[in-house]
Amino acid sequence: MLALLTLPVAALVLGASPADIEAGLEHPLFFPALWLTAQTSIISLALVVLFGTPLAWWLAVTDGRGRRFVELLVDLPIVLPPAVVGIALLQAFGRQGLLGSTLDALGLQISFSTAAVVLAQVLVSAPFYIQSAASAFRRVEGDLLLVARTLGQSRIGSILRVGLPLALPGLMAGAALAWARALGEFGATLLFAGNLPGTTQTLPLAIYTALESDVRAALAIALVLAGVSVCLLFGLRILPQLWGPQGGRHNRPADGGSP
Amino acid sequence: MNWRFAVTLSLGTLELDVALEGDIRPVALMGPNGAGKTTLLRVLAGARRPNAGRIEVNGRLLFDSETLVERPPEERRVGFVPQGFGLFPHLRVVDNVAFGRLDLPRADRRRLARERLEEMDCGDLADRRPSMLSGGETQRVALARALLAEPDMLLLDEPLSALDVVARRTLRRYLADHLRQHARPALVVTHDVRDVLALDARVYVIEGGRVAQSGTAAELAAHPATPFIAELFDAPTI
Repeated sequence: MLALLTLPVAALVLGASPADIEAGLEHPLFFPALWLTAQTSIISLALVVLFGTPLAWWLAVTDGRGRRFVELLVDLPIVLPPAVVGIALLQAFGRQGLLGSTLDALGLQISFSTAAVVLAQVLVSAPFYIQSAASAFRRVEGDLLLVARTLGQSRIGSILRVGLPLALPGLMAGAALAWARALGEFGATLLFAGNLPGTTQTLPLAIYTALESDVRAALAIALVLAGVSVCLLFGLRILPQLWGPQGGRHNRPADGGSP
Repeated sequence: MNWRFAVTLSLGTLELDVALEGDIRPVALMGPNGAGKTTLLRVLAGARRPNAGRIEVNGRLLFDSETLVERPPEERRVGFVPQGFGLFPHLRVVDNVAFGRLDLPRADRRRLARERLEEMDCGDLADRRPSMLSGGETQRVALARALLAEPDMLLLDEPLSALDVVARRTLRRYLADHLRQHARPALVVTHDVRDVLALDARVYVIEGGRVAQSGTAAELAAHPATPFIAELFDAPTI
């Protein structure tokens, strides 16, 4: 199993000669796609963190049926095939879609634009961040937040000064996971945003296009993406350990009396 | 400096219905596990809303179900020290202690915190991380932090139970001295009659969500109202 997991990546790395990579990097498809991917994935990550963090907090502190239902909604994009997400986005924001005429009236056209790329990335990556952030928030002891409040902090203040810092390793891990997912977004982007060089052609789509004309370029792009992803993976595993000693759980006797 | 409250709260299988009052003299809250002691402290601190009742500390109304008064925790001026002491693991000791004075500029509140730590014999801990402290040191720092915010009342949830026997004896004395010196009313959850004696505390015993008996340690020892109380006050003589 391990061999099966690692063999394709090993083949990818070993099969490329420096000359291939150099040729690939100079390929006209490469740089615009890299730039676009960097821009869109960072914007989508920012949106995911900005709007996902409050939702994750709510999921962490709420109980009951409402929360379970919202959790299901958040997880939905994970189980949906990317192609289905793409079609669904078209149905919602496309010209003939649910909001199409409204957006038209406002002079906005989202499908087949860079905004569509960002939207697709947000949709497929947000669940990973939200899940990770919610479980990190859940591990923050409620009593610590109460102590912060009895020491004069408002609810928001206690979250910002105690909840967020203690959950930070989990938030970072979630953000890295979400970013990795956004970088690799292919199916939904292809259907909803198209494959227009400079506007919607991100690195994964550039691989797809390059494969038809120049295998070396596809290989080089694939290697760059693989490199970034491996860096993210290392960051994901190592950073929490560096934060570990102070971000960890606090000692607490078993006798809680009551919840 | 006095406080009184009467609250009812139903929470799962727990049906809490108690009335307590006290003044500058510390009050010990005793009772079997699951009697609702910790829940009661959280109610006073404002983390949990009682079904009905009234909470008054130092002449200020913190909660009243009749006139719909409910102050949030940050306006209650109660110092809460949970089990495990609740130091913020991401802040150094000095910043933990200074946390209650975030209204001051950083340099000022740190100076106050250091002064308070010095005065409470733990000045050398100021730059440490909470994870580097012993149980006794953690307790001192938590007490210093709660006192620096100048609360009208202290709520201490088993402040001595996580310590070994020697540290416990030292800190019992320390706690008693500082409560007296800073003249703050305190409600202290404990399982140990020696804590009650060292603090010279009045005792409330709650069992099954009700006050089973209250009085001085001597009164409870002389006329225990329940088998649990008899057992409790019998223990030290063994």
